[in-house]
Parts: sequence; structure tokens; C-alpha cells
Amino acid sequence: MTKRLVSPSNVRTAVLLAGVAVLVSSCGWSLWDSPMTTVRPRSDFGKWIDEIFMLISWTTLVIFILVEAALVYACWRFRDRPGAPIPKQVHGHTVLEISWTIAFAVILLIIGIPTIRIIFKTQEAPAATDLRVDVAGKQWWWEFTYPEFKITTANELHIPVGRTAAFYLHAPDVIHSFWMPALGGKRDVVPHRINRIVLTPEVPGESVGQCAEYCGMSHANMRFRVIVHPKDEFEQWVKNQQAPPVESTDPLAQQGKALYTQSTCVGCHTITGISAGQIGPNLTHFGSRKSLAANMMANTPANVAKWIENPDHMKPGARMPNLGMTGEQSKALAAYLLSLK
Amino acid sequence: MATQAAFMPGAQAKEHGVLWSWLTTVDHKRIGILYGVSAFTFFLIGGIEALIMRLQLARPDNTVVSAQTFNELFTMHGTTMVFLAIMPMSAAFFNYMIPLMIGARDVAFPRLNALSYWIFILGGLFLNLSWLVGMAPDGGWFGYANLSSAQFSPTHSIDFWMLGLQILGISSMLAGFNFIVTIVNMRAPGMTLMRMPVFIWMSFVTQFLIVLAFPAITVALILLMFDRFFGTLFYVPSAGGDPLLWQHLFWIFGHPEVYILILPAMGIVSEVLPTFARKPLFGAPVVIYSGIMIGFFGFGVWSHHMFSVGMGPVADSAFSIATMLIAVPTGVKILNWISTLWGGSIRFTSALYFSLGFIAMFTMGGLSGVMHASPPVDLQQTDTYFVVAHFHYVLFGGSIFGLFSGAYYWWPKITGRLLDERLGKLHFWLMLIGFNVTFFPQHFLGLIGMPRRIYTYAPDLNWNFWNLISTVGAFIIALSFVVFIANVIKTMRSGRVAGPDPWDARTSEWTIPSPPPVYNFARVPMIHERDDFWAEKHGSGHGAAPRPTPSPVTAAEIAAIHMPPPSYWPLILAFGLLMMLSGLLVSMVQVVVGGLWTLYAMYRFAIEYHRPPAGHAH
Repeated sequence: MTKRLVSPSNVRTAVLLAGVAVLVSSCGWSLWDSPMTTVRPRSDFGKWIDEIFMLISWTTLVIFILVEAALVYACWRFRDRPGAPIPKQVHGHTVLEISWTIAFAVILLIIGIPTIRIIFKTQEAPAATDLRVDVAGKQWWWEFTYPEFKITTANELHIPVGRTAAFYLHAPDVIHSFWMPALGGKRDVVPHRINRIVLTPEVPGESVGQCAEYCGMSHANMRFRVIVHPKDEFEQWVKNQQAPPVESTDPLAQQGKALYTQSTCVGCHTITGISAGQIGPNLTHFGSRKSLAANMMANTPANVAKWIENPDHMKPGARMPNLGMTGEQSKALAAYLLSLK
Repeated sequence: MATQAAFMPGAQAKEHGVLWSWLTTVDHKRIGILYGVSAFTFFLIGGIEALIMRLQLARPDNTVVSAQTFNELFTMHGTTMVFLAIMPMSAAFFNYMIPLMIGARDVAFPRLNALSYWIFILGGLFLNLSWLVGMAPDGGWFGYANLSSAQFSPTHSIDFWMLGLQILGISSMLAGFNFIVTIVNMRAPGMTLMRMPVFIWMSFVTQFLIVLAFPAITVALILLMFDRFFGTLFYVPSAGGDPLLWQHLFWIFGHPEVYILILPAMGIVSEVLPTFARKPLFGAPVVIYSGIMIGFFGFGVWSHHMFSVGMGPVADSAFSIATMLIAVPTGVKILNWISTLWGGSIRFTSALYFSLGFIAMFTMGGLSGVMHASPPVDLQQTDTYFVVAHFHYVLFGGSIFGLFSGAYYWWPKITGRLLDERLGKLHFWLMLIGFNVTFFPQHFLGLIGMPRRIYTYAPDLNWNFWNLISTVGAFIIALSFVVFIANVIKTMRSGRVAGPDPWDARTSEWTIPSPPPVYNFARVPMIHERDDFWAEKHGSGHGAAPRPTPSPVTAAEIAAIHMPPPSYWPLILAFGLLMMLSGLLVSMVQVVVGGLWTLYAMYRFAIEYHRPPAGHAH
């Protein structure tokens, strides 16, 4: 029999099993990790939601196992056997039926009471001391304004850890939904309404947010980065954003600056001290951002040049027109924009 | 017999050709078959749309289709599956089975029934015509304002969707009223309401949901039409309109619509389980009342689709509690079904497999539904793949499993031949496995942040693996339907002949030949209890005296049966309606011509039988 143990078929089986085990464990290990995961909450808001989600998950899991087990058992136990007589014609059992109706009602009470508690807890009005961030959802990018610091930026949300932030959401075009999965639930951004999310980030770090309400062609590309800073780091970021952009002496960037000021760019974009357009994202500190086009790609010279040459090609339906910039021009513009740290 | 032959579809086929006999039929059974075949065809189209979407999502940053095409695909997939596949598949069973199960010879208004079908099929074709002219709807099946406004959707794509839905709504309303009147008025003697089969009860509740829910979307669509064509501003926020008005109107329709899709399947399961467990439905009155409760509560929960719009904590709490309440009658039903199996003598046929699949899968969909009945949890889950997984467990794991259980169960009654059981079970297992491989991982995807309705995603979000698995699963589902189609083709000619009662079933449709004659019942049956046919065969168990054997049916009796003759006015009227509504996309001249055509057809339709048709002896 020992010879049999190392037979090719056994080896094949062992390899297959090991492969499956590795696959399963590797999936299991990383299943809940994602820059957009909802099950590793990093704020009070996210934790409250997770708390009630876990309560319901375990409750429903128990019900699920009981129901499916009863179904499988009934199918096995009462399968037709040859020559079996016609079963007893049972029409019902009133006591049993009333009891499980009540049981369901009680289970829902267990879920319903904490639900209502958390509904009210998560919709409390913001305090005057909270950090106010005005969020505008636009086809297909995000604008973040900090009235307290007089900063406007786009597609990169910076907030400090430990200080309650109050997001005031509005939309100039269609309905969007503002969602930072790692920090908690979403809230729709409705034209001509102000919606709010109030939360306190508890862990510094980066995560990813995205529009969650279908809002047209490039809905899939309406993403943003969320950076929760330690307190000092956030203050530094604020200072940097408040300062005017650093002028670069690089000749290519200078050429790009001239191009920017002379072209229609200025009609849509703001760069403090240079242009005051309101339609597109504020570019004052464009070079300080890590990603481009609502977190679609890395903010590199090549990507920025490609974007300027044909925005619609990189982001279908993009509202920024194709300005007919040639290779040299777009490179110069990219150099200039990326110099705006 | 000559008189009778004039009403036999076969006889008409000889006179006017087969096509003509189908175009003018008013026989509920033929209309049922038309509904079934059309719905299955649309189901395949919707399925192909889903497969293309799954191919696109198999990998991050994929380029199988463009953003625009993907948006059209998910809009048409949802719209097709809801309005052109599941609803009309249910309608196929309503049409074919309601008269048979209540012991009637046809529905109350046979020509109206034909009209419903022709409006439905023309509406469905109109909606899909948008693909051919390159303007497929792209606003989502829920068509949220103000993205649907002329400003943000300037092409005719939204118009196709809006007018198509309006046309389909007319069809559903007509059918709804028809079946309500049929069930109220045309039951066989002795069939009290509580003796009605549970499928009839669930159908009955469904019809009320249809006639009460569709007006809400009709109003919503009319406001949208005015906004888009005549410059009103109902949904335009910059002019003081309110896009949330659309959401309320849409979901006041949309949530009952969910029950319109699931209740018929619940009815089917409630027939299939007792037949194959050989026991009555456990607690049938409770199952019936639960169905009514679900229908009733269904109108009070619409805003649970809107927890993220910011309605405030009081509204959120109210709609949350109402939603959780629905879980009570639903849970009760599931336990009643399992109790029906308990103590039975279960014969494992394909039909029963699908019903068991329904219970197992629908339970999961119901439980994940309880999760987002809780608004805080919903704020994380809404508009993510978690919700996509949830409602596919309800609508595919529930409705589609239930409807295919019905298909396997009633197939022999409709065609006279049995489907192949081995292929049927292969279909079931492939579908069950494919379904779970496709949709279970979508729970994970939702929880790790994947939003719905995105045509692409970045590679670094840990979504790649499960999306690929989900795509593989979708193709397993597709394979399962290849098996089903093969089964149909194989058994159409060579399948075992079923006979009137192949399952030793319990209700009155099994007392008559398969397929039934045009008049259904040679003699209208007398109903003594819910499972009347079973009692007739095996005794009621109530100690009632055995029934006397009826005398054989005579030729004279059959010759005296009055059946409605065929009519081409339903088809002509439906065409006029389509011409009028589609004219909005072409020219006002067509609207006027279509309107006049419709009016004229309505007039002729109305006076058609003031004179008895030639050769009609009664």
C-alpha cells in the first residue's frame, strides 16, 4: 500500500488540494481588504453602521442556517420511498403558526430598536466647531471647499483625524452620491438641496471614495481620494493650500503658463492670481495632487498631456472640450500645471 | 359539431392559415402561449445583455464595450427583465392557468386579453427598436430625474424608454382588470374565495398591485413626457421643480412592482410543493393572508429605496419599521412551505427541484433584504453590488426559479408532453450553481465598495478576483438555458405523452385533457374544497361521502358550448396606440393619425358583436 501512496493520481490530487487550499486561504486573507472596504470602518459613523450590520449579519446567519437545514432535512427525511402510503393530509397547525409569527416579530424588534437608535445618532446636527467642508458633486468630478480656510480643491479630500467634519453636499447638475466607504455611509448629492454627513475620522490614512448614484456617461469615473491626516500634517497641508502657487522657472513650464493665460483654459479654471474660471476644477495647487481626472490615473506629465490633448478619450463624455492642443503645447501645459505645488 | 368546429383554433387554421389564427385568437390558452414564448425570447435578450456586461466587468479597465454602451446595457437589461421577461412570464401563467384553475372556459374579457398581449409585444418591440436606431435608453431602469431631463439626456434614448414603459403599462393595467373580474366572477360553482388555489390567490393579489401601482408610474411618466416634449419643469430643480418627486412616484410604483414580480412565483411554489409532497399546503389560509399582507405593506415601504437621499431620521425610521414588518409574512410563508414538505412523501421532479431552489435562494434574498431594511446599514450597501446580489437572489433566485418550476410543472398540461426529467435536473443544477457563482461573490464586492452601474473599475481595489468569478458564473447560467432549450426541442416531438394528470395533482386543471380543448371544461366542475381533484381521487380526509360518478359527456353538450369567435380588432387597436405614442419621436402628424386610428379601432372593437357574426348559431 505504501507504493500506492505516491502514485501519480495521488500526487495530482494532493497538488490540486494544496492549490485549492492556497487559493482559498489567500482569498480569505485578503477578502475584506480594499481601499473602499466598508467592513474596516475608520470613523465613528462607520463603526456605528458596522455595529448594527454585524448584529443583523449574525442574526440572519443563524436564521439562514436553521431554515436551510430544515429544508434539506425535510427533503432527505421525507423523500418518497417505493410503496409508501399517501401521507397524512395535515392542513396546518395554528399554535405553531402563531408562535413562529411572533418569533419573527421578536427577532425584528431586536434588530429594529438599535437601528432606530443609530438612525438618530448618525443624523445629529453638526456643531459650530466642526470642520465644515462644502462638497459639490459635478459631472464627473468632486469639488471640496473649506470655508474656514478659504481653500477650494478638487478630487482630493483632506481632513484631520479626531476633529468632527461636517460635509455639506450640493450639486449644480444632476443627482450624485457622496461616498467614502472606509469612513461610513453615503449620502445623495441632490441639486438645489443641501444634504449633510457628519463624522469624526478615527484613523489616519488614505482611502478611496466614489460617486454611488448613476449620474450619466462617466459615472464610473467619478472617484476621489480621501486622506485623513494627523493634526500637524493637516495644518501643514492647509498652509500650503492657502499660499499662492510656487512659480517655476523651468522654461517649459513658463511656456505652458503663457499658453494657459492666452487660451480658453482661463474661462473654466481658477489658478489663484491668474484666472478665475468656475466651471472646471480649481488648479491652484494642481501639482500637489497625486491623481488626475477624478482619481482615474496618476498625476504624471505624460498622463496630464494626454488628458489635455483629448479629455473625452480618457474619460468618456468629459465636459472639458478638446482644445486642439498639439504634442508640444500639451507637454508645456502639463509641465506648468504640475509645477503648481 | 359544425358549430363547435367554427370556434376550434384548428378549424380556423384550415380556413385562414395558422398565422391568421394566432393573430386573431382570443383563446386565453393561445394568448398564454404567446406571452410565454415572447417573454422567454425577451428573457434571452436580457440575458445576452447581462453576459456582455459581465464580459466587460471580468477584468479591471476592460474595453469590451464603451461607457455609453454599458450604460445602455444595464438600463435595457433591467427594463427588459422586469417588464418584458418576468412580468409577462407570470402573465403567461395567469392567462393559461387562471381559467383552468377556477374552472372557467375563458377570461372575462377575451378580446381585451388579446389586446393586452398585442400592446405588450408591440411595446416590447418598440423598446428594443431603440437598439437598431442606435438610441438605446441609458438612464437606468429607474430613470432618475433630473438626469432624464432634456438638458442632460438630449437624444431620444430616454423617450424610447419613457414611451415604451407607458405602452407596457397600458397592457398591464388592461390585463390586471381583466383578471380581477375573471377571478371575482368566473369561478366554478362551489369555489368560494378560500377554496381558490393559492396560485389564484397570489395572482389575484398581484392584479390589485398592478392596477394600484401602475397609475403612479403613469403619472410620473406623463410629467416626464411633458418636461421633455412641452417644456414643463416638474423635475427641473433650477426652475423650482423637484427631482425627488420622480423618486417618490417611481418607487410608489417600484416597490409594489417587486411583489408583482415575486407573488406569482410564490403562488406557483404553493401549488408545486403540495403536489409533489402529496400533502396539502401547510396553513394555506395563513399563506394567503401573508400574501395579502405583503401586497398591502408593499405600498408603505417605497422610501426604503431612498434612505440615502436625506429624508431625515423620522421618515427613515418609519420606512425602516414598515420594511422590516414585511419580513414577518414572508418568513411565515417560508416556514409554511417547509412544513408542507414535512411529513410528506416527496417525489423529486424537476418542477419540485426548482421550487426547492426558490425556497433556498429566496430565503437568502429575504435575509439580505433585512440588512438594508436598516437605514444605517443601507447607507453603506445601497447602490453597491451588495444590493445587486440581494435583488438577484429575490428576482432570479426567487421569481425565475419559481417561474421555471411552473414551466416544468404545467408544461405537460400546455403541450401534452412531458419535459425530459434528466435534462430538467441538469438545467436545475447548472442554474443553481451558475446563479450562486455569479451572485454570491457580489455580496463581497458590495461590502468592499464596488458601486453599481459602473462600466469599469481600477485594478487596485481587490475587486478583480470576484468579478472574474461572477463572470464565469454568468456563463454557467447561460449554459443551463441551453440545456432547457435543448430539452424543449427534444421533447416537443418525442417527449412522453403526459395524459391529463401526470403528477397525481390536486387542482382542477388536471381533470381535463392535456392540452385542454378550446372550451377547457366540457362540463363546468363543481368545487367542494381547495384541493378538489385530490379529494375526488383520494378522498378528502374529512369523512365526506364519496362523490357519485358523473355521466359521460355527450356530443350535444359539447356542441352547446358557447366560445368567443376570433377578432382582429385587438391587434389593429394595439397598432394604432403604438403609432400614436411613437409618433412623438417622428412627427405630430403621426400622433394625430395614430390617435384617429386608435379611436376608430376602439369604436369597431366596441360594436363588433352587436350583430352575431355570420355562421354563428348562438
